[in-house]
Amino acid sequence: MKRFRGFVIKEFYHIFRDYRTLLILFGMPAVQLMLFGYVLTNEIKDAKIAIYDPSGDVVTRKISDKILSSGYFILERNLNTVAEIDPVFRQGNVKLALIYEPGFAGKLEKTGKARIQIIADASDPNTANMLVNYASGIISNYLVSMNSEKVPLQIVPEVRMMYNGELKGVYMFVPGLMAMLLMLISALMTSLSITREKELGTMELLLVSPMRPSQIIVGKVFPYVFLAFIDACIILVLGNLIFGMPIAGSVFLLLAESFLYICMALSLGILISTVTNSQQVAMMISLVVLMLPTILLSGFIFPVENMPVIMQVLCHAMPPKYYIIIIKSIMLQGNGIAYVWRETLILAGFTAFFLALSIKKFNVRLS
Amino acid sequence: MSATIPNIITVKNLVKKFGSFVANDHLTFEVKKGEIFGFLGANGAGKTTAIKILCGLSYPTSGELSVAGFDIYTQREKVKRNIGYMSQRFSLYDDLTVFENIRFYGGIYGLRKKEINARSHLLMERLGFEAARDKLIRDIPLGWKQKLAFSVAILHNPKIVFLDEPTGGVDPITRRQFWDMIYEAAHDGITVFVTTHYMDEAEYCDRVSIMVDGKIAALDTPDNLKREFDAPSMNDVFIKLARA
Repeated sequence: MKRFRGFVIKEFYHIFRDYRTLLILFGMPAVQLMLFGYVLTNEIKDAKIAIYDPSGDVVTRKISDKILSSGYFILERNLNTVAEIDPVFRQGNVKLALIYEPGFAGKLEKTGKARIQIIADASDPNTANMLVNYASGIISNYLVSMNSEKVPLQIVPEVRMMYNGELKGVYMFVPGLMAMLLMLISALMTSLSITREKELGTMELLLVSPMRPSQIIVGKVFPYVFLAFIDACIILVLGNLIFGMPIAGSVFLLLAESFLYICMALSLGILISTVTNSQQVAMMISLVVLMLPTILLSGFIFPVENMPVIMQVLCHAMPPKYYIIIIKSIMLQGNGIAYVWRETLILAGFTAFFLALSIKKFNVRLS
Repeated sequence: MSATIPNIITVKNLVKKFGSFVANDHLTFEVKKGEIFGFLGANGAGKTTAIKILCGLSYPTSGELSVAGFDIYTQREKVKRNIGYMSQRFSLYDDLTVFENIRFYGGIYGLRKKEINARSHLLMERLGFEAARDKLIRDIPLGWKQKLAFSVAILHNPKIVFLDEPTGGVDPITRRQFWDMIYEAAHDGITVFVTTHYMDEAEYCDRVSIMVDGKIAALDTPDNLKREFDAPSMNDVFIKLARA
């Protein structure tokens, strides 16, 4: 035990004397959280629009007011002729244009029908789609409120977005970011620190000593369990304070699941370090083989359900996917272990599998 | 060497194969307690492979081996407690200070804090390192690193110390000083097993074995070998053997 303590102390010296390691450990979570929280947002806010309103009557002005006061849109300019529409899009600022037909209110009164054209800049298809949906939603709301007394037959859908009422992107990013960062810190850092000892030749000295290989590995990995755990807490606290990310369920369960995930990532890191002797290769493997799939195939950013079947199968083999499912379920839905025991078991299974594989690889190398 | 001195390393028919390549081909030799045993050979002759097997870093394919009186297959832990090892890279932690390195290595051999402090104090005094106690390893010269790596390898008073090309890359004066340290350790009763490809160093050993292509081609005292091969120096012995 005393030997082990000395070993862990040495490991902390390595970490705290290397500012790059420290930067990755503590700078990255904060920076990434800010990046994902503020920059990579897919919420619509203050999209610039142009309005061509040749009729300028009560109804068109009311509709325009509703749209501009929704918070989604901001008026860039009022157009005076139809010919201005094309140039205004070409300039690139305006994402959406509303065009009322002349005599809008009168036509609506007389025939019960008036037309609005919505033109969107679809060079970014997702944004265009969302803008159009928001705009038409506002218009139809207005229509419903306008003739609520007149029309006898009405089907009014009452929509409620469960668990994320305001459709905040942060609710999606924080869990994904936890999965990504914990994977990065645990797997990358451990594989680097183990391969570093191999490069230095100190690993041989350790193996010649009476310390057992398992003690060496645990001693090397232990500090990172601790640090990754602190990182998980940093992300949770920042997410909560800055972005209002809720933790509806048990904090204890959330931390316990994070601990399991950290162990899984660490065992992956150990596995990587048994495959290679060089820090560079370990870094490449960690970044390319671990990071990209974590971002792309875990359901972090892109929904797994929309992928081709083959990719979906591949997604099922990605441990971060299960972690994201688990912590979303705990943080947003407030679920207990009864709802996530299957995913928890899968994560534990992955951990056991990677560990067993590393031990086997390690023994093969030694002989 | 008289026959009454007990063997501390016994190797019988050691074979190590990597696939179809035979790195160690039926090595048989003994090392006697307290001697400085030179393990010589060209690069790739199988020296490092053999030393790694003796230290427990690698498993032999077949053969009987006993190190420090313990069987290498069944009493690995006991073997490890009784040996020290210094690699050709003078492996120490660059980002730890001299004292931190000593404390760490003392710690993994289970030395008590008091012992570590006492021994490191003695060691610094002997090496004249007192001023460098709290310097990072990356800031001290290579020659110092080499001496420190050796001192750390014998910090826990092992019965045998294995030195894998311990004098690579340092100047002749430092090499000479280093051999003084080896003599001192041998004088304290530590058996020294040293590989080298500097043939002048072979002269410093009590006995040497010369490996050629995975086999032991000659094993005796330097004087006997020079007589046997009718050569003025170990260098000539080696060249005659390698050409044969």
